[in-house]
This record gives sequence, C-alpha cells and structure tokens, in this order.
Amino acid sequence: MSYATALRCRECGREYPQEPINVCEVCFGPLEVAYDYESIARDLSRDKIAAAPASMWRYKELLPVSGEVIDIGTGFTPLTKADNLGRELGLRQLYLKNDCLNPTYSFKDRVVSVAATKAKEFGFSAIACTSTGNLAGSVAAHAARAGLKAYIFIPADLEQGKILGAAIYNPTLIAVNGNYDEVNRLCNELADKYPWGFVNINIRPYYAEGSKTLGYEVAEQLGWRAPDHAVVPVASGALLVKIWKGLNELSMLGLIGPVSTRMHATQAAGCAPVVEAFRAGTHIIRPVKPNTIAKSLAIGNPADGYYALKTIGESGGAASAATDAEIVAGIKLLAESEGIFAETAGGVVVSGLRHLVAEGAIKRDELVVAFITGCGLKTLEAVADSVVSPPIIQPTLASFEQMYGERAL
Amino acid sequence: MAKRRVTFTFPPELITEPVIHNLGQQFKVVTNIRRADVTEDRGWVVLELDGDDRDIDEGIAWVTSKGVRVDPVGGDVVEG
Ligand SMILES: Cc1ncc(COP(=O)(O)O)c(C=O)c1O
Ligand SMILES: [Zn+2]
Repeated sequence: MSYATALRCRECGREYPQEPINVCEVCFGPLEVAYDYESIARDLSRDKIAAAPASMWRYKELLPVSGEVIDIGTGFTPLTKADNLGRELGLRQLYLKNDCLNPTYSFKDRVVSVAATKAKEFGFSAIACTSTGNLAGSVAAHAARAGLKAYIFIPADLEQGKILGAAIYNPTLIAVNGNYDEVNRLCNELADKYPWGFVNINIRPYYAEGSKTLGYEVAEQLGWRAPDHAVVPVASGALLVKIWKGLNELSMLGLIGPVSTRMHATQAAGCAPVVEAFRAGTHIIRPVKPNTIAKSLAIGNPADGYYALKTIGESGGAASAATDAEIVAGIKLLAESEGIFAETAGGVVVSGLRHLVAEGAIKRDELVVAFITGCGLKTLEAVADSVVSPPIIQPTLASFEQMYGERAL
Repeated sequence: MAKRRVTFTFPPELITEPVIHNLGQQFKVVTNIRRADVTEDRGWVVLELDGDDRDIDEGIAWVTSKGVRVDPVGGDVVEG
C-alpha cells in the first residue's frame, strides 16, 4: 500500500489522480506527489526504519509506490567523515555522501528505481530516457531487472565508454544525430506519441521523489539530525530540491528536529544557469548553451531551476561555479585526500565547496555534507591528461633503486 | 490542428515588445497564456499554441528569429 494520495500542481495546487502525467492541464505547472503524512507519522518510527534493510527502500513509506519494488541494490551508501579534505578546505566537520557506490555508479539509481517500479505498476512494457551517460546506464539496468523493454536515446557523439556502460544491459540504444535542442525536441515528441514510461517526462513526478532518499539517509547517518550545510551538484535542479524536501519531511514527521540546513548549488562555469540567476538575485533562469567537461550537469534549461533557486533562497544557501580546470583539480584533490574517485560532478562539488568556504558562506566549524553523486570511472577522459603515467623499470632491485633510491625507505 | 505547450524566454530588449500579440496577428496561431513571470530585464511566458503544425512551426521560427528562446514546457529532457 502507498501513502501517496495524489499528484498536486506546484503552481496552482490542483490535484490529479496518480497517473503517468507530469504537467498541470490548467497552468502547465509541474506536478508533485502528495502524501498522507498523518498516516505516515503514525506508522513510521526511527526504530522501524533502523530495522529495515540497508537500502533506499527502508524509507518506502515516503515513496510513491504500492507493490513490489524494482531494486538492484541501491542506496544506503556510505557517509564518511572527510578529515583530510576538510583540512585542505578549512572545514572541521566535512562529510561526503558517497553515491558512487550504487549499482550503476551514480545517484540516478535512486530515481530510476522508483521510476521503473512505477512504470511497471502503470502497466507499461517499456521505459525510456534521453541521456548523456548516468541515466542511460541506470535505466538500462533497471529495465533488465524488471523485464521491461528500454529505449535509450543518446547523442551520436557520446564517448565509447558511456555507450558501453548502457549497452551492456542490452537495451534498444538509439544514437541521435542532432544538437542538444533538437534532441530535446525529438524526445518530447516521442513521449507524446509512444506508450512508454519516459522516466523524466511522464513518470517524472515519481522519478524525482527517489532523490529524497539522499536526504533521509544523511539525516539518519548523522544520528537523526540535518546537517548545517548541503553542497549539491545541480543539473535539472531536482536533486537539490528533493534533498531539501526529504529533510523537511523527516522533521515534519518528528523523526528529526527543525531543519536549518543551508542548501548550496554547485554547477560547472560552462553551464551555470542556476548560479547565474542566483547571482543576479532573480528566480528567472536564462537558458544557456552548455560548454563544459561536466557532461552529467550540462542542462542548459533546467526543469527545476526555478524551484532550486527558491530552495536556495528559503534555506539561506548560496551558489557557486567551477571552471573546467577547477573541476579536474577537484576530482584529483578528492581522490588524493580521501581515496574517492568521482566523476566530473564530484569535481564541481569539491571546487564549488572551496569557493563557498572562501566566500564565507560556510564557516569552519559547521557540519557540511558534500554530495558525491557519480563515479570517476565514468569520465576517465576528463582526467586522462592530468595524471602522470608510471615510469618503466627493469625487473631488478637495482633498476628500482636507481629510479627511487633512498626515497622509498 | 495541433496544440503545442511552450515556454518563451525573453531577452531584456524584447520585454516591452508585444511579441505574443504579433505572433497571433501574423500567423494562423492562437496563443493562450497560462503563466508568466516578467521583470524589468528578463522574463518567461508559458503558453499553448493552437493551429496547424506548419503555422505553429513558422510562428515559432519567427519568434525565435526575434531573439526569443522557445522551449517545450517542462525544460530540458536530456539528462546526465
Ligand atoms: C552525477 C550527477 N550528479 C548530479 C546530477 C544532477 O541532478 P539533477 O538533474 O537532479 O539536478 C546529475 C544529473 O543529471 C548527475 O548525473
Ligand atoms: Zn496548475
């Protein structure tokens, strides 16, 4: 059974039955899942959650599904205290939420797990998406598990490694030869015409809810409290908005105290429509043409940009951008200080966090959680030129010592 | 006949021009505004365009040529 009661328009508040729709018929505002929180408050407790499996589905009561879930082992990823990186950045209480450790190596498994479950509930025989990497792999993997067909659209010039990361699950992969806007347009037309569960179009209201579990897990892992700061990589903006929603739901249910977390957005300088609007002091996004190595964050016209800006404002957060060079430096710093190899989005977060500390938006003693949302093996090309290749020695002690001598002792 | 849901994003220099009015006048397209947020230097309007596919396409091409950005309602669907 599900505690979700309806889909509700975020703009005009009109309610709709829980169907595969994502836009209000009247004002064209986005729809969001509404819940019966009174019943959830009655049925859910810290103990009940703690006794449930170590998975995102331990918070099933707060997700909009009724039956059996499509789960490939997602969630309850480590929250590690990062003292080395903290020292480097001037922070005493820095934690990393390491979502590289999901089945397809990014946080997208959280949203897709909900989307696939929902698609199955709705009786779709296929799920679909358009992606430059992370989403493609996750949709293909969940479709394989669920016995659903998958239609995955990728740009024709996508790197081989990313194509492989989705192709291995044997979906129907379609490479589209067109610019970004054309691909967007095509996919909207496809979603209108074909009877698919398009995870981020007609299933989007349910899909996006999956990201709330990052907020739940962090609060639980901190001993049932919200952090002082959350530093989040932003593309569509949904992740940032949903972490905030997740924390506030826990508070509303009495599972944690009041939330005073400041939500900070980080983007790549080459695609920073949210950061730009934040700096201009407006909630109106000017769409941009992405030009950055952080392909997973390259959304020029973010669907939830407006809501991300509202959340940042409401929570007293800030926003910062990292150049491509800073992104690479951030990836390397994270790897060298904490042993975590993140993709470009992680580099954006680490370098963005450095800026936020420098600007005084985050203070030394405050509790900070940085969200590392994808694994570095996905974007090897981003750092390929900036790590040294090993020197070659002969298989003799003498050869080794000639190269390293006393330094190795 | 077709209906298309779009967002127009206006650059500062077009904020004060009656672009949507002119679109309706010059093309066989009925414009139906659902939501908008316009300030001094930027703005967006969410609307439905109603007409023949060809007329809608021509209308959108004209609006785009004026410097307005036209996107499907709901933002980008290509994701990382
Ligand atoms: C690794 C990674 N981090 C963060 C994001 C941002 O998520 P959102 O689009 O919800 O803002 C994405 C995806 O789009 C991603 O692939
Ligand atoms: Zn509405």
